[in-house]
Formats: sequence, C-alpha cells, structure tokens
Amino acid sequence: MLRPRIIPCLLIKNGGLVKTVQFGDSKYVGDPINAVRIFNEKEVDELIVLDIDASSQQREPDYTLIKNLAAECRMPLCYGGGVKTISQIQKIISLGVEKVAISSAAIETPDLITQAADQVGSQSVVVVLDVKKNGILRRSELFTLNGIKKSGINPVEFARKVEALGAGEVVINAIDHDGVMKGYDINLIKSVRDSISLPMTVLGGAGSLEDIEGLITQFGIIGAAAGSLFVFKGKYRAVLINYPDRAAKDALIEKASNLF
Amino acid sequence: MITIINYGLGNIQAIANIYNRLNIPVVIASTPDELASAEKIILPGVGAFDWAMRLLNESGMRSCLDKLVMVNKVPVLGICVGMQMLARCSDEGKLEGLSWIDAEVKKFDESKFVQKTHLPHMGWNDVMPQRTDCLFRGMEAKPRYYFLHSYYFLPKNDEDVLALTDYNGFFASAVRSENVFGAQFHPEKSHQWGIQLLKNFAEL
Repeated sequence: MLRPRIIPCLLIKNGGLVKTVQFGDSKYVGDPINAVRIFNEKEVDELIVLDIDASSQQREPDYTLIKNLAAECRMPLCYGGGVKTISQIQKIISLGVEKVAISSAAIETPDLITQAADQVGSQSVVVVLDVKKNGILRRSELFTLNGIKKSGINPVEFARKVEALGAGEVVINAIDHDGVMKGYDINLIKSVRDSISLPMTVLGGAGSLEDIEGLITQFGIIGAAAGSLFVFKGKYRAVLINYPDRAAKDALIEKASNLF
Repeated sequence: MITIINYGLGNIQAIANIYNRLNIPVVIASTPDELASAEKIILPGVGAFDWAMRLLNESGMRSCLDKLVMVNKVPVLGICVGMQMLARCSDEGKLEGLSWIDAEVKKFDESKFVQKTHLPHMGWNDVMPQRTDCLFRGMEAKPRYYFLHSYYFLPKNDEDVLALTDYNGFFASAVRSENVFGAQFHPEKSHQWGIQLLKNFAEL
C-alpha cells in the first residue's frame, strides 16, 4: 500500500540552511549537507530543498550545491529556487535530483510546465504555490519572488491549470502559516485537494506530529511537509534536527489512516 | 566491481556513494573503453523514455552495451526509467527500447483507479517478491521502496516477474530475465532496503 509522505523542507540562503517565519526573519540553522546526512540516518521519506533567494536575486541555481545534495541524499530530493528555463530543469535532473520545483516561473511562463513534462516526464515536475491571504477580505492569492510580489491569481484556479499543463505534483506553501507552528491551513488545502487529482504536498504551519496525523486522517495519501518542526526543538526553538523514527512514523500513519 | 553507465541521466553519484560505503569497487563509465571490462552493470534513469533512449543511443556506448548484455551475459540492473528502457517500447515515447526483455511499458489507466490515489505513483510502497531471488536475499517480507513514475513495465512472460507492487492493482515492480534485472523503484533513494538490494546485486 502506498504511504503518505512526511517530508522535511530545508531552506537555503547564501549557501546556508535557514528557517523563516512568514517568509521573513530568517534564522541560520546549519549546513545543508550536514543536515542531509542526519536526515539520511533518520530515514526520512523525502526531502524538499528550496533556495529562497535565487529567484529574487535573479541568479542561477547553485549547481554545485545541488549536485552535492543529490549525491548525499539517500532519499528522494525535490529542488526548487531560481528555476526559469527548460535547460535548467534538464541540468538539475541530470545532476541526480528526482523532482524540480518551479514557482515564479510557473506563473510567468506556464508553458514551461508542459515543456518540462515533455522533456523530463511529468513525474519530475513540481509546481510550488506560495499562497498568502491578502486584502481586507483575506482572499487567498498566489505570491511570487519569495512572497513579495502579488500575482492576483487564485490558487485553486491555478492548481487546476498546472494540472492540465502536465505538472506531476503540487506543493501548497501557506505563507501566513510559515514558521508559526500552529497547524496547517486546512481550508486552503481542502479547496485545492477537491479541485485537482495530482499528488499534493502541503507546507506551512506544522507545529507537532499531531498536526501531521490530523492532516493524514483528513486527506489520506498526501505529502506532509514541515520546516520548523524538523529543525527546532522546544519552545525556545533550539536548533535540533529531528524526525520520527521508523516505528513512530509507522504508528503515526497507522493511527491516522485506516489503511493498514 | 560495479560499472554504472553515465549517459547523462540518473542518480549516478548516489549509487556510487552507496557502493563506496559498502567497500565495493565502482566505476562510472562514459565511454566504450571504460565499459569494456564491466562485470556488473547498472543502468540508472530519471526522466522521460525518449530523452533517456536518445541520450543512451548518442553516448557511443550502445553497441558495446548490447554485446556485453546479450552476448557476454553480463548482469545488468536497470533502475526506474533504466528499467523501462529494457523493454521493446513505451507508451511514453516513440523510440525503440533496448529490447533486452520482451516487454512493453504502459501508462497506468487512471480511469480504472479504485483507490483514492493519483498519477504519478509517488512515494513509498511495498514490494512483494514473487520468488526466491538473490536480488531480495536477506530482506524482510515486504521491503519498502520509493517510486516515482506514471508508466509501468509489462513483461510478456509472467516468469520474468520478480516482485509485485499494488497500485490500483498489481504491477511488476522488479523483473528478471536471465542476466537482465529491472527495478521500477529507486534503490539508491530507499534507505536500508535499497542498500541491501544494491549489495545483493553486487554479490550475485
């Protein structure tokens, strides 16, 4: 039986690992390769690594870092950050990354999704939707360039569009919930889940393993991603990389779903 | 010694790293010369079928590989798209496959899905060996592996099926025809279960 995935998400800034709160206030938490080594030992289901200032600084992805990460990872890796062209996507896949995430570029040039799916296969094309509630009505809207630029686009409509264009997975990143550790944005997740049939991963807000359990209970096969939860420990947010061991993870999934 | 085919695709370094940690000598071959003395071959793969076939055909290693596998019967393990390339053809592309196993690669039919799941088949799933084979030696009853694909390998002969996986019905997640092995999942990205499988292949 296919299992839901529990996925640490690592953010890269200036070559180091950071953790943000609502996409700002980044705190240095360590070295990315070292973090991958620890996550290898903890047998994580998958890793997402996002270079959070590549797009806003308009620079190329750091291919050396990507190559080193892919080689070190004993679990699947999804890389995102600064990816704008089909040749960049091909290059990243050829470095041994399983999945490439695009965000700003998916909004600016949606055809890139179709081109990428044709070239590298849709299973490797991930679209990240950075969603923030905006305006007096608190309507959900897609943002680009690391949460700075409004797009005016509705996330549900855009998720349907990227599915039709050939994306293989959608990652919902709830900016308002980032780093707050008070739970996922369930309403947002539900509205997207009900509209598309692609595999989905959700990010933003997980504060405890109970949040992940609740997510799996409600949505079944889903990717439950978290940043802060897996890099901080305790109320003073001490940096300590952590992840449930195999028995704890199996028990969590068993409890959450009636799948097994 | 393990020889990994470097035709520009797939997680070569991750596979090499696992063998390095196991103290098993590993060679990464990009030319027929580097390939010539291969004792065991791994054909990795990530990406679309035609892209992978085109790169392999243009790598200059194709005829040498065909000879090693089909004439000299050197053991070969195709991983993910590398497995799909072992077949005659694929729904995903127009190019001919390697035809080392009599098989076709088909797309999962989502209209017939009974479980509340989606394409691609993405994540950790159980692999159930169907017969005793050295590839799964020493493994627990239902080892888990990471899958990422929308197409599946359909061998003409049931005897070529090594293991099955359930994704809205069973499909061949590992195959073997004589010296030709295929794994639809990514052993290089499947923690201890994957390391054990790669070690078993090296110790055939």
